[in-house]
Amino acid sequence: MTAPTRSEVQPVRRQTAQLIAVLIGVAVAWAGLFALNEVAWDTVLGGWMGLDLSSRVVDAVHFFLYDVSKILLLLVGMIFAIGLLRTTLRPERVRTFLEGKPLWLALGMAAVLGAVTPFCSCSSIPLFIGFVAAGVPLGVTFAFLIASPLVNEVAVVMLADMFGWQITVAYVAAGLGLAVAAGWVFSRMRLERWVEDFVFAAPVSRLGADGHRPTLSERVGAAREETTDIVGRVWRWVILGVALGAGIHGWVPTEFFATYAGPDNPLAVVVATVIGVPLYSSAAGVIPIAEALWAKGMATGTVMTFMMATVALSIPELVLLRRVLKVPLLGLFFGTVAAGIMAVGFLFNAVF
Amino acid sequence: MLIKILGPGCRNCVTLERVTREAVADLGIDAELEKVTDYAAIVGYGVMSTPGLVVDGEVVLYGRVPTAAHVREILASLTG
Repeated sequence: MTAPTRSEVQPVRRQTAQLIAVLIGVAVAWAGLFALNEVAWDTVLGGWMGLDLSSRVVDAVHFFLYDVSKILLLLVGMIFAIGLLRTTLRPERVRTFLEGKPLWLALGMAAVLGAVTPFCSCSSIPLFIGFVAAGVPLGVTFAFLIASPLVNEVAVVMLADMFGWQITVAYVAAGLGLAVAAGWVFSRMRLERWVEDFVFAAPVSRLGADGHRPTLSERVGAAREETTDIVGRVWRWVILGVALGAGIHGWVPTEFFATYAGPDNPLAVVVATVIGVPLYSSAAGVIPIAEALWAKGMATGTVMTFMMATVALSIPELVLLRRVLKVPLLGLFFGTVAAGIMAVGFLFNAVF
Repeated sequence: MLIKILGPGCRNCVTLERVTREAVADLGIDAELEKVTDYAAIVGYGVMSTPGLVVDGEVVLYGRVPTAAHVREILASLTG
């Protein structure tokens, strides 16, 4: 490749400058919308529509509109910002990071990379086959697959907004800890015989890393795609979750859950798991509901268990994983993760 | 030109197929489109994040849903 001449460099610089200006403009518009959302609904519902803001129904509608707008704004902003930074982080690269590392390091890395790598659950099977066929240990592969739905940017943004940073940090630590612990347990056992044979027979090939550093405009393009993809996937969950949360806020008596699912009721953690596992939702749908349960007095650990059980384990996932795992391993996987989730609940109920 | 869409049939794969058809029609190139839904075959291309786009045996894109314009650019550069 020949060095670019001066006349070629100038337009590129001008383009970059233009792009930065556009990005700043978008950021200002975003902040403006965020500020507007803080005040707009009082005016729209109370002023323009002349509704009584103190009535229970209007208050629930207000809560719903405000929260949905705020969460969607936060998600769009954060996913875009994160998308700019992680353009080159893909499962195909993660695999090369994990190969040949000592087990403890590979488990820790798998959990963290599972959390930060953009990844849609529809890719879990190709990812599983790709990792295992290339020789990544089963335990390490499971650590990635457990961490990915539990800890991700959507969960973190929504937890921080609704529960505050302490609970968010605790949740992230518990989610990563769970992924590492379950991965370690699986690595102690010989599970290969319970993986469908075709997985090991799958051809392995690697996509050559071209060592190309993405330009700003490529980063912006990728971040836009990622934001559309992720927000396009979760917005329905946000609306559903906040609507149910608003219902719980408005109509369930205060301290209702404190009576039935307070910290001194260990059975509540088990019940939360049993209810949470068959429920199928992304983190975006369950967090607003969990926040409402928490506000009505459900113990922190029990809420945590409910969120994790809903997000990490589900029937569709069971059906999906059945394609690569034989029934005993599938049962072991669900059992171990469910036990881990309950352990997290008991631990948090004891601490908080 | 043989174009393969890698993906088990999720929403993203359907979208990729649609934008690829659009791009092919726009460019007016002679291309055959084929869907690869078998997981082992998808992984065989080195792709773990679906959907993926393969042109004449070469993976040109994976793990994202591009715009029709982007696919057009890729295909145009390969036919050129």
